[in-house]
Amino acid sequence: MGLTLPVTAAYQASKDEYLATKLGHLVDLLREHTVNWSRKNSLWPMPFATACCGIELMATGASRYDIGRFGAEAMRFTPRQCDLLICAGRVAIKSMPVLQRIYMQMAEPKWVISMGACASTGGVFDTYAVVQGVDQFLPVDVYVPGCPPRPETLLEGVMAIQRIVEKDGVKGSAERGRGMGLVVQSPIQVSVNQPSAS
Amino acid sequence: MATAAAIECLAKQFTDIDFAPSPLLEMKDKSKEQLCVRIPAARLLEVMRFLRNDPRCAFEQLADLTCIDYLNFPNARDRFGVIYSLLSLSLEHRLWLKCFVNDPSPEVPSVTGIWKGADWLEREVWDMFGVRFAGHPDLRRILTWEGFKAHPLRKDYPLRGQGEREDFETVTRESA
Repeated sequence: MGLTLPVTAAYQASKDEYLATKLGHLVDLLREHTVNWSRKNSLWPMPFATACCGIELMATGASRYDIGRFGAEAMRFTPRQCDLLICAGRVAIKSMPVLQRIYMQMAEPKWVISMGACASTGGVFDTYAVVQGVDQFLPVDVYVPGCPPRPETLLEGVMAIQRIVEKDGVKGSAERGRGMGLVVQSPIQVSVNQPSAS
Repeated sequence: MATAAAIECLAKQFTDIDFAPSPLLEMKDKSKEQLCVRIPAARLLEVMRFLRNDPRCAFEQLADLTCIDYLNFPNARDRFGVIYSLLSLSLEHRLWLKCFVNDPSPEVPSVTGIWKGADWLEREVWDMFGVRFAGHPDLRRILTWEGFKAHPLRKDYPLRGQGEREDFETVTRESA
């Protein structure tokens, strides 16, 4: 003999509320996914190019490598229109306040690529006047290795930013903590000629 | 040998100064040698004014102004040598001058009143070596940033600095 619970008004109300919440979550999820999808495919880089990495950055933007394939071709030279700061090249301590000001002027949400050995670690310029890695003074999301990195490597860095955008949702910079600590591997594999087994 | 003639008339004009002219680099062809003379800091301005205005010298252009730190240099008697490179466009000759100054407060008179272009060069020497230029209109640092205390091209300054590059404000995601 089955036990049937009487459908009270209170139960019906809580059930409706539950469904509404579920529906709300679904809508949120869809919206978040759509926003992230559109956002990751239309990054607006702010180039801060101070050295030879800037030349590779220009090559990445030009027709042969075409950063536009990843929707990031709209480079603007004002931080207020940008959401991806690409720091390409060594940064002198005298220009660090400029870089920080540029970062602070960018609208949320925003991401930072530290491109090349000098921007990431100071590189060979281990002197009194050069910042030993911009991540000492700025939150960096992706480090792109190389001296300078090839355009393919930078494109992999942009794709890493896209993965972060996709994963992190629409959270602003303030909610994401300081840097992601993600290092991009060079897509170019150096093959060593090994003697065949036969 | 126009430079030699200029040094000759300089020596005639200032008989009390030992200019000790010497070539920067010994060469087989003596006419191609570039000559360098020494000047005491106290007499620098009048010698420079003479070199600029005398028609036999006519050094219209200050080609360069730099400095050398002679710390731990073999057989050096003085700490800093301020180097002037003069060029005469009308007579087509060059002259190098060295003016030696010492710690604790190395100072030479400014030549901005004679060659206007000395302004930034003297600021650079002040910034990098800490040699003051008396009478300079605006003796501020030119290459390093405001608030930098040291003079980095001195031989006793460590290459990696004295903590200046680490001592800096950090911008985080929270603050930006």
